[in-house]
Amino acid sequence: MNENLNQDNCKWKQEKKFLENLFQIYLPQKDNLIQMLNEIQEHYGYIPMEVQKELSNFLKIPMAEIYGVITFYSRFSLEPQGKYKISVCLGTACFVKGSQKIMDRLTERLKIEPGQTTKDGLFTIDQTRCVGACGLAPVFTVNGEVYGKATVQKLDEVLDELMAN
Amino acid sequence: MKTLEELHTIRQEKRKELELRINTKADTREKHILVCHGTGCTSSKSPEILENFKRILKEKKIEKVRVIKTGCFGLCAKGPIVIIRPEDTFYAMVTPEDCEEIIQTHIVEGNKVERLLCKDIDGTIVNRLEELNFYKKQKRIALKNCGVINPEEIDEYIAFDGYTALEKCLTTLTPEEVIAIITKSGLRGRGGAGFPTGKKWELTKASEGKEKYVVCNADEGDPGAFMDRSILEGDPHSVIEAMAIAGFCIGANKGYIYVRAEYPIAVKRLEIAIKQAREYGILGKNIGGTGFTFDVEIRLGAGAFVCGEETALLESIEGRRGQPRVKPPYPAQSGLWGKPTLINNVETYSNIAQIILKGADWYSSIGTKNSKGTKVFALGGNVNNIGLVEVPMGTTLREIVYDIGGGIPNGREFKAAQTGGPSGGCIPKEHLDTPIDYESLKEIGSMMGSGGLIVMDDTKCMVSLAKFYLEFTVSESCGKCTPCRIGTKRMLEILEKLCNAEGSELDIYKLEKLAVNIQKASICGLGQSAPNPVISTLKYFREEFREHATNKECRALECKAMSKITIHEEKCKGCGLCQRHCPVNAIEGEAREKRTINQDKCIKCGTCLTSCPFKAIG
Repeated sequence: MNENLNQDNCKWKQEKKFLENLFQIYLPQKDNLIQMLNEIQEHYGYIPMEVQKELSNFLKIPMAEIYGVITFYSRFSLEPQGKYKISVCLGTACFVKGSQKIMDRLTERLKIEPGQTTKDGLFTIDQTRCVGACGLAPVFTVNGEVYGKATVQKLDEVLDELMAN
Repeated sequence: MKTLEELHTIRQEKRKELELRINTKADTREKHILVCHGTGCTSSKSPEILENFKRILKEKKIEKVRVIKTGCFGLCAKGPIVIIRPEDTFYAMVTPEDCEEIIQTHIVEGNKVERLLCKDIDGTIVNRLEELNFYKKQKRIALKNCGVINPEEIDEYIAFDGYTALEKCLTTLTPEEVIAIITKSGLRGRGGAGFPTGKKWELTKASEGKEKYVVCNADEGDPGAFMDRSILEGDPHSVIEAMAIAGFCIGANKGYIYVRAEYPIAVKRLEIAIKQAREYGILGKNIGGTGFTFDVEIRLGAGAFVCGEETALLESIEGRRGQPRVKPPYPAQSGLWGKPTLINNVETYSNIAQIILKGADWYSSIGTKNSKGTKVFALGGNVNNIGLVEVPMGTTLREIVYDIGGGIPNGREFKAAQTGGPSGGCIPKEHLDTPIDYESLKEIGSMMGSGGLIVMDDTKCMVSLAKFYLEFTVSESCGKCTPCRIGTKRMLEILEKLCNAEGSELDIYKLEKLAVNIQKASICGLGQSAPNPVISTLKYFREEFREHATNKECRALECKAMSKITIHEEKCKGCGLCQRHCPVNAIEGEAREKRTINQDKCIKCGTCLTSCPFKAIG
């Protein structure tokens, strides 16, 4: 119990340090909002409410406006992401080569829609527009790792492996 | 901080050292192993290949051989690509395990690794890069340095005349003279709309204001397009140099590069390039002792297609939701923070330095009457040679698809090519001989766009393609104006009806009417062009729309509600390949007997279609 508390405490201190550091790198100018949100998204995998509050104080931007910006850009998320983030490329090059079928299979197997996370917190489905590997189309990525020339079968294999872990 | 003389010395010395990169007859005993580090090849382990080469060379104590990471060579379909210079040997689809053999056979023994040599579409083995049909009709200006230099080393850029154009402008030309050269060259904006670049510079220069800004639009949102990304990854300094020249011309001291955060490699290389340019005093105060001050900052986008629209991009740089502003005033009068702002696209900038160095006449000698120079296309979809191509304006679509692209794979037929992404249109077979330039493409209902060129074969359903683009537009509409926000949604609903076998002739009429209204009434270019994919597919493939509406038929077998995949009994040989490939076990039948498809289980993924060697499934 004590150990857990200590760990939590330690973690929070680290998080505090991340924010303090961020507030030192950036000047409190309104145009830095998107840059800072990008770093926060990168660090936490989403943009926690607590952090939004701190950001609002620092930049002197109302919470509502920050919320507006977060929800406008698809890269930012208000909810924690799953352990495995599976992104299916739905850029035209991949679409023409059948990536929609891969997306359909993924939503069918995980029983969630793009943008959602499974209840056990394991998987998040995301749809991206062009990861830039058009030579390997169709592609999907798992936590950034690219699987090229994908087929429904290949996806099944990858999913089975991830689920077995 | 380097003086101009010091830069000259670096250029001369480095150029000698790098001669072998562009000259197969270079007098040298050195060899350079170039490993592509564009996004495509990086995804298929090129960093590991680079490390392996370095390790093996070290282990074998081989000297005079350098391993270099470069930008994109263009032929992404054959990646990861390794090229050895000066002899220009082209190895395709290299794996990290192949490095040992390449070093032993090629470097140590002096022979070629036959099995890794690139094969052309007709099967001939290609020894040298330039022998490939893929490269024969290309002319590289914007991509000049991509695949030649290491983008993370400023000295290599300097070696190939890098920053000489900036020096020429700062020391021997006036801003008016530079703008006159750009105007005379006939360069037009490569972002898609094709506004004359010289005119844009002139307008921004003429605007009054103490503070002005130069912005580079690197928010390449067109799905399936990767020209700008490849330029930033392969030759970031060319953009920085051009921005500094632009700053000198219009009287700006500050530049912003707005780049997608989804392009981590491009962002990293830009950061390195800016840092190195600052160290050399090419960016910063009093550049090269000429009194001119200019610096560049990177701004990351966060995944919004609309931010590619110039005024939405400005809003985003200022830290707000990226919603377009009403024009006029144009950015040239009132842009970033209300100050006069010059916005150009990455590819536009990458042409500037060479126009200054080689002259306006040289540039305007390439291309057609109203479209000068070259255009980079990201060739993708159902075509053999997927990759990045740069062709002179006026090249026909047929040349790009068949000569450069190597035609359509799997013996299929060309059906249409799509240019301009969600704002462009489809070009059918009968227009294959249209020369590619701004006017010709507009005439046939498409547009140049930023350079995405997706080829489709006869297995593609045009209604579902239109639906795909509308889905994109609906999810990316910023919501500011009603025609785009609600209109595109209604259009999508109609297209969904058609694809689900619930449509009627009346729906096609409604679709056309909505399209015209959205075009006329939207605020920004994206809204105005959102119906284009529908209008152009309706124009050339109306018959297919009719079949969906009245006969409930999809000839491409793509729309699931209408398609039923069956095995033709007379053609089936009972090999069972389809059964083995089916991911949902929907194919039934005993060994060596004719198979059938259980329609309740079938998910219509099409895997069996492609796996059948006898074309018995359809």
